[in-house]
Amino acid sequence: MTNFAELSTEDRLKHLQGTLAKRHAKEKRLKTYGIIAITFAITFLVVLLTTVVSNGYTALQQTEMRLALDIPVEELVDENGTIDLKKSADFNWSGMLKKSLRKNFPEVKGMMDRRNLSDLLSANAGYELRQDLEKMGRIDRPSGYFWVKTSDDVDMLMKGRMSRDIPEDQRRLSNVQIGWVDQLVDQGAIRKVFNKSFFTKADSREPESAGILGAVVGSALALIVTVVFALPLAVMAAIYLEYFAKPGRVTDLIEVNINNLAAVPSIVFGLLGLAVFLGFFGMPRSAPLVGGMVLALMTLPTIIIATRASIRAVPSSIRDAALGIGASPMQAALDHVLPLAAPGILTGTIIGLAQALGETAPLIMIGMVAFIVDVPDGLTSPATALPVQIFIWSDSAERAFYERSSLAIVCLLLFLIVMNLTAVILRKKLERKW
Amino acid sequence: MLDALFSFGGLLVFILALTIGSFFFSKKRIASMAQVAGTKPHSLGFYYGLYAAIWVFVPAILLLVAFTAATKPFLENLILQSLLTAQPNLPESFVPLKIAQIKNIANGFIAPEDDVMAALGQEYANARLMMSKLRIAVVLLVGLLGLGFALWRISPQFKSRIVFENFMRRTFFIAAVIAILTTIGIVASLLFEALRFFAAYSFLDFFFGTHWAPNVALRGGEPAADEDVGGASGAYGMVPVMAGTLLIAIIAMAVAVPIGLFSAIYMAEFASPKVRDFIKPTLEVLAGIPTVVYGFFAALTAAPFFRSIGLNLGMDVSSQSALAAGAVMGVMIIPFISSLSDDVISAVPQSLRDGAYGLGSTKGETVTKVVLPAALPGLIGAFLLGISRAIGETMIVVMAAGVSANLTANPLESVTTVTVQIVMLLTGDTVFDSPKTLSAFALGITLFTVTLLLNIGALTAARRLGEKYD
Repeated sequence: MTNFAELSTEDRLKHLQGTLAKRHAKEKRLKTYGIIAITFAITFLVVLLTTVVSNGYTALQQTEMRLALDIPVEELVDENGTIDLKKSADFNWSGMLKKSLRKNFPEVKGMMDRRNLSDLLSANAGYELRQDLEKMGRIDRPSGYFWVKTSDDVDMLMKGRMSRDIPEDQRRLSNVQIGWVDQLVDQGAIRKVFNKSFFTKADSREPESAGILGAVVGSALALIVTVVFALPLAVMAAIYLEYFAKPGRVTDLIEVNINNLAAVPSIVFGLLGLAVFLGFFGMPRSAPLVGGMVLALMTLPTIIIATRASIRAVPSSIRDAALGIGASPMQAALDHVLPLAAPGILTGTIIGLAQALGETAPLIMIGMVAFIVDVPDGLTSPATALPVQIFIWSDSAERAFYERSSLAIVCLLLFLIVMNLTAVILRKKLERKW
Repeated sequence: MLDALFSFGGLLVFILALTIGSFFFSKKRIASMAQVAGTKPHSLGFYYGLYAAIWVFVPAILLLVAFTAATKPFLENLILQSLLTAQPNLPESFVPLKIAQIKNIANGFIAPEDDVMAALGQEYANARLMMSKLRIAVVLLVGLLGLGFALWRISPQFKSRIVFENFMRRTFFIAAVIAILTTIGIVASLLFEALRFFAAYSFLDFFFGTHWAPNVALRGGEPAADEDVGGASGAYGMVPVMAGTLLIAIIAMAVAVPIGLFSAIYMAEFASPKVRDFIKPTLEVLAGIPTVVYGFFAALTAAPFFRSIGLNLGMDVSSQSALAAGAVMGVMIIPFISSLSDDVISAVPQSLRDGAYGLGSTKGETVTKVVLPAALPGLIGAFLLGISRAIGETMIVVMAAGVSANLTANPLESVTTVTVQIVMLLTGDTVFDSPKTLSAFALGITLFTVTLLLNIGALTAARRLGEKYD
């Protein structure tokens, strides 16, 4: 180091100017690091979203196969011409489809080949045709062309998600099977249509029949329970802490607990739900009621903190004026401060709910991870939730479930965007500057 | 119409209707009482209505919930007694199955296999119907009694506003106390189950054992054959699990701290307000993405990506490497670290910066030599909260990290974490009272304690920052 005291003024200036470039370079470096860091974070966000969307958008379509059917009406209907449910249950629907498919390929002989050919059809195709017809009640068009779902493997092949170049033994469709599919394509007997099942059905073992409706309804039911429990409790707790709590040990303890609960890992809430709600109170497993209660306990701190902030944002002159003309503290709080704080409370609640909607771990703990094929019809019927459904599907081996979980993620993110945008717009619209 | 009363929801709606009715009736009554007496009532009319409404609603609802909660165990106990009287020699392991059968018979789902079961099913159905009737009677009686009491109490002299406000204040207090109750509930339930685990398994072996293998059933279903894995009850030494958790948390922090900190420095000190207004919400989007989405990305995109890089470099990267899970978790924590650090850096008094500028330092020197040291306690707080997040994070590791416990510091290998083990131990078909499921609660209380200490540390550090420059 140069000893500045020994230098003349001129030399000092020279020295400083000499190091100045280096010092500025250092500053520039620091700035660059910041820009790199931010670029990295934003790039990751873009990569994440593109991956999900590019993997998921194909799930909006489902491949179908055209089959010429001749439904034996007399075996299925009663004397009025409506479908007899008992007869329909006894009828071999899937056999009829397979037979029709085999007619397209008369050269296919032998048990194995026939089975391989049938594998091009969805395992649920017969069942779904039956359900469609039963819903209509009568068979208006017994013979002609029908479009039925193909298996998920054919679906993947048609969407280009299954490469023809990889060795046959690593592919889920054999070369022969691909040849059949190509023949069907040449005949114009393969088409891709909008994947309605994805939005109208619950989970299924077959990817082509699996949908998110059950999970969405489950999430919605759980969130309703969350709001019903969390919002009133949070508002009451916030009013107490802001206006009625006397400074002291109990109040301090409450404050510490609220802040701490906000940072407790979500899985611990799941353990609490499992041990207390399921174990101690014997509430039903997999129920949106229990899921909603666990989520309510989890989001309670968030909503309390948001409510307190918006209560504090109301100028004290409002309360003082109310007290001044003879309102009781309770009247001032409930009739004057609370309405003015309501927009902020609403915003905080929506943000808390958005958080709860994305939670997965606590719901897994209380059994909402089960395989459930029915759309839940009540607060205590077994259900799953949208993020849990994503988890279940991404754990499955089939490539088609990968695509579907990506699309489910897109749906989940859309829900979250809508909720957060609502919160932002509400805040902008209703916020009052004092 | 009357059938609806048999369901919980129907009864609830009926109580609500009764409550609303009581409100208006009571309000009307006090008006007429005041007119007769020729005085003005102490409080506004609707306070009398609210008073009656509370007396109808609160006791009836509490009773409804309590009665419903008690019904199930009561019925099960009842049917268990009948079952044991009817079939005294029934082996104990068959009892839950039989009870489930009886319930299904009562619901008409299955046909009874013999007369005994048919009788038991009938008995269960009768008892259940009786309980529903009893519930309706009791709840409605209490509701009406409440109404009667309220109507008996009210008079123009009755200070219903004061009574109502005191009631509300107490209710508010109870709502606030729920935060304490939740903590107590967490600690008590975790501790209770964990203690049951420690009754069967040594405390020291759990915290200092280096072998974690709870899935003894996977070893061919032959218990106690292999002394090394601790016999029938499995081995529960949590050191490798904790080590795996720390390894992944360290990787996550290695990603999150530099990126989060540099972003925060840039945003707080260098960025123009316009740029800041764009970057800050964008980073917050990262915080709003559900963890299951990160887990999906880690397991199905990041892990294969790291694996293929490893293959090109001639290294063997596990498909469930700690690196992939840790790196993605790190990205998840970036917005957390950056926004906390941003707040802390912005909270450093401007006078410190002005002093540094006055002495001729550049902006960069001011940041690194003055602002950051001043903000250090707060930054440490943010760092601790970040670690706490990383340790408690579940979905990313459940989806992208391993299941088997390896004691290794190599980030390319697969490790497991505390949260993964909790999920693994408590999902699937397990008996609730086995050491296997109970050990999850022992892990849970450990996780809770560690994160609690980290949170307290973070709060203390942040408080120290505040004291220094006040």
